[in-house]
Amino acid sequence: MAVHNHEYLFLAIFLGAALAFCVTPLALARLWAAWVSPAKPGVEKQASYECGVAARGDAWVQFRSEYYLYGIVFLVFDVEAIFLLPFAVAFMGLSVGAVLAMAIFLLLLVEGWVWAWRKGILTWQ
Amino acid sequence: MEEGLRRELAQQGIVTTTLADLYNWGRRNSLWPLNFGLACCAIEMIAASMARFDISRFGAEVFRPSPRQADLMIVAGTVTKKMAPQVVRLYNQMPEPKYVIAMGACAISGGPFKQGYNVLKGIDRYLPVDVHIPGCPPRPEALLHALMALQEKIRGQALTGPARPRHLQSEAPSEFPVPQFGAHDLEPPHHPELWQPPAVVGGES
Repeated sequence: MAVHNHEYLFLAIFLGAALAFCVTPLALARLWAAWVSPAKPGVEKQASYECGVAARGDAWVQFRSEYYLYGIVFLVFDVEAIFLLPFAVAFMGLSVGAVLAMAIFLLLLVEGWVWAWRKGILTWQ
Repeated sequence: MEEGLRRELAQQGIVTTTLADLYNWGRRNSLWPLNFGLACCAIEMIAASMARFDISRFGAEVFRPSPRQADLMIVAGTVTKKMAPQVVRLYNQMPEPKYVIAMGACAISGGPFKQGYNVLKGIDRYLPVDVHIPGCPPRPEALLHALMALQEKIRGQALTGPARPRHLQSEAPSEFPVPQFGAHDLEPPHHPELWQPPAVVGGES
């Protein structure tokens, strides 16, 4: 059985080498920890906060689902800024149709922004 | 291998080493200090990390803002009793092996503020200090000297046997008790195994 008959053998070799490259240091570290340097977990050491002040509560907190409104408004501003920059640069060379298209696009975004404003999400709760 | 044979081989261009030597060599040349300062000694610590004094010549320039990534705590400045629990907690959150340099008169004894009601009279009451640096504040060269002294200490540490350092002993503690605010002082006022008030022996006869 000649090696060159197996067209994809190099993939298997590559996979083996990649696995060994990852697993060997991890295994060596485990062996070192088991034989020489023992792991010492502790309450303070594994606290979720690490700036000297005592940790309160858990790291697994839930964010309120109303956050999506902030996300949407951020997206509106973000997309607007991305399109406004090239628009401003090329403004003098644009045709009337292009300017009108951009104006409609801006109108749509401003409409969404006004909707969010009317909904009252910009007032801090 | 005996020292004479090793020197003989080194003269012939053959370097021999041991696992412990390699391990200590790697550890002592990349001590990552925790990035925090408490008072004016921190300014000297910053100066030591800058170009003129250049602590990176000794491999200790990587000041980490998180205790999880730091090996070395440089207690640079006055430790108030309000701050002492936080300092001990930060030490507890550092992974082993970890070392402490008490920098300056305040960190080792309270210094000029020793009489202050809110000043801890030395961080060695709560933490195992490896190197004390006197001075108010110590010059950056003194900090470099302390770092070299710590490197010398690490160089001589054994990997196995009863004399091996704390972080290699599975039963030795990695965390030290964090003092609490009591009615008049920190509770407890010192770690009983690390520090005891000096006792008067003998007395007048």
